[in-house]
Amino acid sequence: MDLHHTPTPAGQEYLPEKRALLLDYTLQLADTSLILGHRLSEWCGHGPILEQDLAMANIALDLIGETRSLYQYAAELEGQSRTEDDLAYLREAVHYKNPLLVEQPNGDFAHTILRQFLFDGYHFLLLQQLQNSPDQRLAAIAAKSFKEASYHLKWSSEWVIRLGDGTEESKARLLKAMDHLWMFSGELFLMTETEQQLAQAGIIPDSASLLPQWEAHVAKVFAEATLEVPQNVFMQKGGKIGRHSEHLGYILTELQYLQRAYPGLEW
Amino acid sequence: METIIEKSLEEVFEEKIANDIRIEPKDWMPEQYRKTLVRQISQHAHSEIVGMLPEGNWITRAPSLKRKAILLSKVQDEAGHGLYLYSAAETLGTTRDQMIADLHSGKAKYSSIFNYPTLSWADIGAIGWLVDGAAIMNQVPLIRTSYGPYARAMVRVCKEESFHQRQGFEIMMTLCNGAPAQKQMAQEAFNRWWWPTLMMFGPKDSESPNTEQSMRWKIKRFTNDELRQRFVDMMVPQAEFLGLTVPDKDLKWNETKNGYDFGDVDWEEFWNVVKGNGPCNKDRLSARVKAHEEGAWVREAALAHAQKRAQREAQA
Repeated sequence: MDLHHTPTPAGQEYLPEKRALLLDYTLQLADTSLILGHRLSEWCGHGPILEQDLAMANIALDLIGETRSLYQYAAELEGQSRTEDDLAYLREAVHYKNPLLVEQPNGDFAHTILRQFLFDGYHFLLLQQLQNSPDQRLAAIAAKSFKEASYHLKWSSEWVIRLGDGTEESKARLLKAMDHLWMFSGELFLMTETEQQLAQAGIIPDSASLLPQWEAHVAKVFAEATLEVPQNVFMQKGGKIGRHSEHLGYILTELQYLQRAYPGLEW
Repeated sequence: METIIEKSLEEVFEEKIANDIRIEPKDWMPEQYRKTLVRQISQHAHSEIVGMLPEGNWITRAPSLKRKAILLSKVQDEAGHGLYLYSAAETLGTTRDQMIADLHSGKAKYSSIFNYPTLSWADIGAIGWLVDGAAIMNQVPLIRTSYGPYARAMVRVCKEESFHQRQGFEIMMTLCNGAPAQKQMAQEAFNRWWWPTLMMFGPKDSESPNTEQSMRWKIKRFTNDELRQRFVDMMVPQAEFLGLTVPDKDLKWNETKNGYDFGDVDWEEFWNVVKGNGPCNKDRLSARVKAHEEGAWVREAALAHAQKRAQREAQA
């Protein structure tokens, strides 16, 4: 009897090499949504206003939902009977592929909003394009998440405007957040080798090409928020290839605790 | 002259109560009825909000992505319940800010159950199964409560609570059918939550000062002891089904009353937790106060921005 039934791997239409690339990329997207969703969920019950507590939990939920679809697809692409939970709970920090931005601590509400805004603009543009991917699974996941991401971007853009054009204190806090977080925005558009190859094959959008539209949106929102777009900032990178900040280890320690303490059980 | 009008208003009110006609925000109502409702609804709203903390404590450590999503959505539902309930209480002329200030000063109470800590993942199951189970028992009759906005809020709250209870039971079932370490986790959580859950129905009828008037006004439909008995009768078979032992040596089926006899709640512990001496009273309240204080600049910014925008629009 086959106790470890292996489902037919998805992506059979691809050559093994391309399937490996697609797996790598799908994991990158899944890790990104998971870590940001995790960070946002840390706010639950501690938000500055009840309505915003709800909004953050909602966005976290959308991201976790997206994460699950992506890990399920990744597990199928891998074809080794691993599950979505194995991929989330049993991989080490150095194998996580999320960009550095999403693992940054929540800080105050201004930090959380700015991190979200920088990410949402990218996420929105990426999903908008990814919906047209010839890879049907990625296209379907993107189509569903795109609707959610449109709402996320609206929410975070409005809050950047409120905080920027609010009180002196809110502006000062937002500027401080900018000082911490802007340097992580470049990595979003920096393509890994995997991304370059998949983009060349026309399977995923060229994320570098999304940058001008992202900049335009940021400039528009910042103008309304009476903020200057930072110039000539050195951009950090590394998360997408496993070179993370020290924060990720602690996130995973917490996230993976039960699965690590009691290996192989059902919950 | 005034007394005559007042009296007839009171008669109209009493007549509505007698005929099970809902009291609505604009209707005349006795001051004491209004006060009782504000106390009860705001206490209920605060319980939803404070209740987010013990469960929120496990969102980042939930053992699977599915469990994480379910728990997050459950805790989010509770924030939603808090919102409708604050709105229902606001129809009685008290602002949300005032209610929150009363919570933070310690003047307003919230359900004591949330002053216990969540120590293991099984506590999340136990809370859903037991605590939400008790909440449903308390709340379903409130769908028929005499004050309209409260009754209507409870329809939605109860629907969602029954999902919550099911997910709690399902967590317990998975643990009880799992490895010995998981079963033990479930039993230990059950041991810790059983008695505090029985306390959720409030003091004994003989020591519940508000019950009689609330029953007469049909704010409350059953007494504390009646609901507690029903709860025990409902939960014991479920515990047996899970293979868990009820931590009560006096628990015994009583054929004559067609219900269980059960041991006495530790009322000293109950009153201590009510008075603020529970294991987490200080932590829970200070977490709420901290969120509120640290959020002050956000609320001010939102207000300042709205004013600026309104001004610009007026000038345009």
